[in-house]
Amino acid sequence: MHGFAHDAGGSFHPASAPDFLPPAQLRALQLHRLQVIVKRAYDHVALFRARMDERGIKPDHIQSLQDAALLPFTVKADLRDTYPFGLFASPMSEVVRLHASSGTTGKPIVVAYTQEDIRVWASVMVRSFAACGLGRGDIIQNAYGYGLFTGGLGAHYGAEALGATVIPISGGNTDRQIMIMQDFGVTAICCTPSYFLHLIERAGEMGVDLRKLPLRAGVFGAEPWTEDMRRRIEPAAGIKAFDIYGLSEIIGPGVANECMCQAGPHIFEDHFLAEIIHPETLEVLPDGEEGELVLTTLSKWAMPMIRYRTRDITALDAEPCRCGRTIRRIRRIGRRSDDMFIIRGVNVFPSQIEAALLKAEGTLPHYQIVLTRDKGLDHVEVKVEVTAEVFSDTVGAIERLRAQIGQAIEHILGIRVQVTLVQPRTIPRSEGKAKRVIDQRRI
Amino acid sequence: MLIHQLSLFLENKPGRLIEPCRALAEAGVNIATLSLADTQQFGILRLIVNDWQKGKAALETAGFVATVTEVVATEIADRPGGLADVLEIIEKGRINIEYMYAFASRSTDKAVLVFRFDHPGDAIELLRANGVNVIGIENNETSLT
Repeated sequence: MHGFAHDAGGSFHPASAPDFLPPAQLRALQLHRLQVIVKRAYDHVALFRARMDERGIKPDHIQSLQDAALLPFTVKADLRDTYPFGLFASPMSEVVRLHASSGTTGKPIVVAYTQEDIRVWASVMVRSFAACGLGRGDIIQNAYGYGLFTGGLGAHYGAEALGATVIPISGGNTDRQIMIMQDFGVTAICCTPSYFLHLIERAGEMGVDLRKLPLRAGVFGAEPWTEDMRRRIEPAAGIKAFDIYGLSEIIGPGVANECMCQAGPHIFEDHFLAEIIHPETLEVLPDGEEGELVLTTLSKWAMPMIRYRTRDITALDAEPCRCGRTIRRIRRIGRRSDDMFIIRGVNVFPSQIEAALLKAEGTLPHYQIVLTRDKGLDHVEVKVEVTAEVFSDTVGAIERLRAQIGQAIEHILGIRVQVTLVQPRTIPRSEGKAKRVIDQRRI
Repeated sequence: MLIHQLSLFLENKPGRLIEPCRALAEAGVNIATLSLADTQQFGILRLIVNDWQKGKAALETAGFVATVTEVVATEIADRPGGLADVLEIIEKGRINIEYMYAFASRSTDKAVLVFRFDHPGDAIELLRANGVNVIGIENNETSLT
């Protein structure tokens, strides 16, 4: 085994052992599990069988991990088209839990778990928390929403299995969150990074200095965030901010999580097979190259997922991590290929606008991108809140700031956008995922 | 002697002027004078109030970004040529005015001019040397209100 001692977080949690498997052993385990799960998907899920038959692929064609590339992709639309239970491989008598995504575009997608799936999910969440240096004795405030969303219960079961104390507060009611954080001596919080920024802001207004509380870790996920957000969050709250990655279609939170080195989330590869593909040619890309993350569940029994296209843009990092984990990392996901919008033929990601705002202002203000179409012409408006740091009381200075933001965006995107400065706290704060892009175009 | 002026960023939309005024009223802060610089998109509201610290706190609680700017107030005779005389002194002293506004004091027959200079210290020295009455007020009390 490799040197656990490098894990600066202190004690080693036994559940983390698979994080440190020798690579050859890990790949052998992955192949064995892949063969089992592909056979299961073929035998029990009509859609997977039909897709594989179309290509003339049988489960026993999978003889190496590279053979995964023979398998058909699965996309989100497949889950909608088979709504509600069409991709289940287990009979309902073995399904102990259902979750569903918020259906912003019609029907939600539904996911299923057997008792064993729930146990595996808790185990990867235990490994996520342990990688952040959390364990028995920690008090974890779980501000992910409880309910059909996988975030709340996923983190909850993991925190309990870890042996920590869980506060199942769910999302919202920020003032109460802050009160409980103070009164209960909370040491770690789970929520979306945008909600935590909101919490920092509100704590400031309430005169609560988060840096003086026992809070020392934040496990943030369910939406893409950036290094710049980490640099804002950590000093303001006196914590270490960790990136957790997951998606309901695969299991929920706990697909990947950062260690104390905070150098990109480690994928729990014994349960999830990761590939990076070119989003247009669909060819598999080597480690280190950026593309779309594709995941295959290696042990999920009720609802196996074969080569699921996550739409998340990242790269696989096979470089050894200082923590000693042998499982690979994904580069921080700053953008999703479906968050992308096309304006006058240019592909734009909100993270690019974010980079421009940071460049112009030095800090990241709250912002929103509004897309409209007038007489067939697309129009981008970027609304930016004026903060105390940048406000100056002369018209000329404000106009210069507006021009600088516009130029920084134009420099990065190559297109001109309208910048509108708005009053503080007029852009809606999310208690869940931040809505950065409002597309009002009728296409 | 400098006066503390509160400056607010406002969007140029109907009703936006009422909110800060209401917030100050509810905090019992009296507005001595104000000026509004506006463009098509936004405005900057500048206020001189009787208690700037209380005013700033009330505005921030109401969700505004309020910054404090130090301005110079001078008292001049409320008569034709009163303003021109002061401006001439400033111009001759080659001091740059970023902006200014004026109001008539209700308790005297004087008018009050409020200036933002890029170098307020030099401006005060110059004005005093030329016999202009620079009003120095601790916490903006006195004849202003």
